[in-house]
Amino acid sequence: MTATELIELNGLSKNFGCQCALDRIDLGVGRGECVALVGHNGAGKTTLIKLLLGLLEPSAGEIRVFGDRPIGRWREKNARRIGFLPEAISFQQQMTGLEALRFFARLKGVPTTDCENRLAAVGLADAGGKRLKAYSKGMRQRLGLAQALLGNPELLVLDEPTTGLDPDLRRELYQLLHVYRNAGTSIILSSHALSELEPHIDRAVVLKQGRLMGEGTIDALREKAGLSIRIRVRGDQQRLSPITDQLTGIQARAINGQTVELTCLPDQKVPVIRWLTANGGQLDDLEIELPTLEHLYRFYRGEREQTP
Amino acid sequence: MNAIRIIAMQEIRDGLRNKWVVAAALVLALFALSIAFLGSTAVGTVKAPGLAVVVVSLSSLTVFLVPLLGLMLSYDAIVGESERGTLLLLLSYPMRRWQFLFGKFIGQVAILMFAIAVGYGIAGAAVAWQAQAVQSSEIMAFALMMGSAVIMGAAFVALGHFISVAVRERATAAGLALGAWLLSALVYDLVLLGTVAADSQGIISENLFSVLLLANPTDAFRLLNLASFEEVANFAGTAGLASTGAAAPILSALSLVCWIVAPLSLAILVFRRKEI
Repeated sequence: MTATELIELNGLSKNFGCQCALDRIDLGVGRGECVALVGHNGAGKTTLIKLLLGLLEPSAGEIRVFGDRPIGRWREKNARRIGFLPEAISFQQQMTGLEALRFFARLKGVPTTDCENRLAAVGLADAGGKRLKAYSKGMRQRLGLAQALLGNPELLVLDEPTTGLDPDLRRELYQLLHVYRNAGTSIILSSHALSELEPHIDRAVVLKQGRLMGEGTIDALREKAGLSIRIRVRGDQQRLSPITDQLTGIQARAINGQTVELTCLPDQKVPVIRWLTANGGQLDDLEIELPTLEHLYRFYRGEREQTP
Repeated sequence: MNAIRIIAMQEIRDGLRNKWVVAAALVLALFALSIAFLGSTAVGTVKAPGLAVVVVSLSSLTVFLVPLLGLMLSYDAIVGESERGTLLLLLSYPMRRWQFLFGKFIGQVAILMFAIAVGYGIAGAAVAWQAQAVQSSEIMAFALMMGSAVIMGAAFVALGHFISVAVRERATAAGLALGAWLLSALVYDLVLLGTVAADSQGIISENLFSVLLLANPTDAFRLLNLASFEEVANFAGTAGLASTGAAAPILSALSLVCWIVAPLSLAILVFRRKEI
């Protein structure tokens, strides 16, 4: 483990009876990193999160969080350094939002005077006095996030944090996470909303039936996958048509009378653009579509789509 | 210790919010006052008898009501949190599982203690106020009855916790809690009496019978209260037991304490190993 790594997993496995939930996972997460766990339901995301929190014991392999195995007395020492938002957040319905947050603050050993600020940070300043049974799903999710942020944790573990949030709230949540990440907080989040995750994460970890199928930055995953890219060009059709003859491995498809869609491998991107600049005449528009996290996810899951 | 206190306080607050505390105190007060003041209607009077008689009557009520309240309070302590989806979050906080469970136990016993103190306290005060003279031994017998009711209640809260960690569904826990109550408050005595009556060859010795009686927390409670003070024993028909000395009450108290320690320890053991 390097000095900057908060989490290190070496050959981590977890079995429930004869069912393998996680199979020999190797992973490291450094300070200030935002890592997304992506995978279908049952891929092992929540099991991995529970192991990180010391709520489950590994069947094999090693797990270190803050340099120690998350068992026994680790909890009293380190659990306050973690903020956790479970997938299905639920509170005692008779409490008010502020009462619930104060309870969690006391449990975490942080000043309860900070609770109003946390509520305000998640847009619940006016709802603190309301009973939780009157909270919508989105409000409960925001309250859950407020409790996770109590005590400025060094590690945020968020299981499906955008569930129940409308697009505006999702954007605000990601903005908030950026603030914490910039302040050095490491973030591990699981999500199904792949398209919205992409701009907010440093690395993605693709899980399938407990196995690690791919891991790295989006660029590294793209490079390793070698998925085709699409270049859409609007301009003179006559001048664009020779490209398939002059550059090998390029596929061209006319979309309408004005646009041609070229499909090529990533390392052909620059030669294609050079060719277009030299031979394409007057180009009205050029659009490059790289493989998205969703495409990469499908690729690493084994659903080998060659083009976005 | 801080985590235990916070969880216990939260349990008490929840009990107050959802009116559990008030409901339990009211139920106990209502039944206790009814028994104290209307218990003599069969012989044509509506007035309070002596405190010693009330102890005998209330002891019989307590063995039904307090275990039921204890089990109702505790059967979903863990499995309920798990089903509501709050357990995972709570256990991610800086506390050990035993601290969480013990905090819940303390909080629920405190609720039961408050309900017993208020419910029985009102009845006791009303009887003492109406009675012409109350002996100090009668007051002590009443106090012992209240104190031991709390201890017996704690035993059933502990049993409820064990049930709550041992199962995966709340409905199963409710069924098991009801079964435990029926067994301890009703079936056990009937089976024991039936066995003794059928035992023509004297296989069940006096000692074995005593052990079997002490093995049931409700019987241990009854024995403790009906045999500790002569005034009470005279009314209860257990004067013989009372005159044998302090052995029966001490063993009864020991049995009740064991019924707290054993299920609670087992609950902690199971909860520590449970995969959430």
